[in-house]
Amino acid sequence: MIAAVQRLPAEVAFVVLSRTAVVAGLIALLAVASPHFLTSDNMVIILRQAALQFLLSAGLTLVVLTAGIDLSVGAVLGLAACVGAALIAKGFLIAGIVAALAVGLACGIVNGVMVAYVGIPAFIATYGMLWVAHGLGYVFMKGEVIHGFDPAFRALGAGFWGGIPIPVLVAAGLLVSLHVVLYLTRFGRALYAIGGNPVAARLTGIPTKRTLVQVYGLSGLLAGFAGLVVIARVNAADSGTGEELLLPIIAAVVLGGTSLFGGVGGIMGTAVGALILALVVNGMNMLGIPTFWQAFAMGAIVILAVLADVSFKRRYP
Amino acid sequence: MSSHALRPSDYPGAAYLFVLLAAGFAFATPEFASARNLSNIGLQAAALVILALGMTLVILTEGIDLSAGAVLGLAGVVMGLLLTSQGASLPAAIGAALLVGAAAGAVNGAFVAWAALPPFIVTLGTYGMAQSIAMVLTQGNSVTGLPPAVRWFNEGEWLGVPVPIWAVIGAFALTYVLLYHTKFGRYIFAIGGNRRAVELAGVRVRVYLAAVYAYAGLLAALASFIMTARMNAAHPTIAIGLEFDAIAAVVLGGTSFEKGRGGIWGTVLGALAIAVLRNGLNLIGMSAEWQVAVVGVVIVAAVALDALRGRA
Repeated sequence: MIAAVQRLPAEVAFVVLSRTAVVAGLIALLAVASPHFLTSDNMVIILRQAALQFLLSAGLTLVVLTAGIDLSVGAVLGLAACVGAALIAKGFLIAGIVAALAVGLACGIVNGVMVAYVGIPAFIATYGMLWVAHGLGYVFMKGEVIHGFDPAFRALGAGFWGGIPIPVLVAAGLLVSLHVVLYLTRFGRALYAIGGNPVAARLTGIPTKRTLVQVYGLSGLLAGFAGLVVIARVNAADSGTGEELLLPIIAAVVLGGTSLFGGVGGIMGTAVGALILALVVNGMNMLGIPTFWQAFAMGAIVILAVLADVSFKRRYP
Repeated sequence: MSSHALRPSDYPGAAYLFVLLAAGFAFATPEFASARNLSNIGLQAAALVILALGMTLVILTEGIDLSAGAVLGLAGVVMGLLLTSQGASLPAAIGAALLVGAAAGAVNGAFVAWAALPPFIVTLGTYGMAQSIAMVLTQGNSVTGLPPAVRWFNEGEWLGVPVPIWAVIGAFALTYVLLYHTKFGRYIFAIGGNRRAVELAGVRVRVYLAAVYAYAGLLAALASFIMTARMNAAHPTIAIGLEFDAIAAVVLGGTSFEKGRGGIWGTVLGALAIAVLRNGLNLIGMSAEWQVAVVGVVIVAAVALDALRGRA
């Protein structure tokens, strides 16, 4: 990222300034529009929503840094959540958590192998995985809903610690660790190198294929983890879990300024993107806009965010 | 197709998959090869073939249209609502739905062509937007109580051939002429092959690119008539996921995401292979839950084999 900052100061400055303006603008707008917006209760709701959104989008950010994409995150999250939920509801807490993480990791590794070794375009391989994971989720659940988990487990999604929602603490911990991984480890630097120029990365001795399998595997693992947090929060899982998440998951990443062309961006941006989405959803609820419009807002946000960054880069190369 | 004799590697994966599946299901259940069932497969495949024809052109330009299923749903809902709550005539409703499909496609094309955004991100965005608009229009419900005339799109016959098959023939013929006998078609292959060269040759690539997406949207609207007639109702999510089948049909049919290679004969074969797979799994009594997973695995495996074969 140091290199990227030196190379593209204007682009990075544009992303930072435009997103700060969006956050400030949204907060000002909603504060004026609704007296309930600036209450501490609502702040907790927004923070928790942003934390969940960040957990969903964190893994995808790493994949996008390599100029890849993972469209299967929501579906893999759903499948992992269903498998984990079945075990946790039967009282096998640790086994359920391990199983959910293992399902996520396995799906992610299959994605990585298809992309790195078989040579299928990432969006096709992971789009296929989306339907396979959804299908396996249907098979596993047979239309049933699993609900009512151990309170100890539910704390992961709904609990508080020192007045702060636990998902917010978890998200903060993940944010710091992934930031360190991206900036200070060989793996993290390799992701930027592969996204910037895959041929050059390979010629400098980076094991690009192995690294790609690792990053898709990590994305799957984090999807499994996010699945656990989601079901702990809503206290239920069914085959539809994760189905509606594809758009918001990608929206948070591109809102965070991580380039879909790879090599530029970071995990801090995704945290800001998640915050913006949480503000938008909260604002739409506050203003009484029907939830049917949320998919429209997400779609428009994805296109506009990418459009803004691409247009800026074209004007000030 | 060039003049040399066809080698095994010249046939798309869909050809092998189609033969394999058809033989397998014919062996597994006598019902499969009955005339009744074969015509059923044709009817089931109709909407998919039409959607996949448009998808072929999009993929030939190195693009993708993830919004196809959602646009199909929106077009169907528009037609349904105009016919029921607005009391419009059938031709007017059909025209409006076709216009909606083409307009949604044109929006995709404009963002891809002029803003140069990655096609999958644009069409993912418009997928959400089209879906959302259809949901708002219907409040998430099905549009029922359609006039009986709508069912003609599924049950009607002309010269003994069902209307959906005529729709496929019409869409295929139109796409065939566009692709192989017009400047538009030659530019589609050229844009996928080497876009920069086409631009330097003075062709208005952006206009053609936008037209490709608009045409795909138009065909999605056409497919919506058949699906709406089949269900005797319009629903926003009627075709969510059908874009995956369409993309798979195109890829299995030998159209590549790079270099503008491929064509629409392979796509028809790919769509038929997928229709046979779904129909056969039904006949052998596989539950709907399993089908989603099995179809996904078969398609991904076939695409992976194609990719491996292409590199060898």
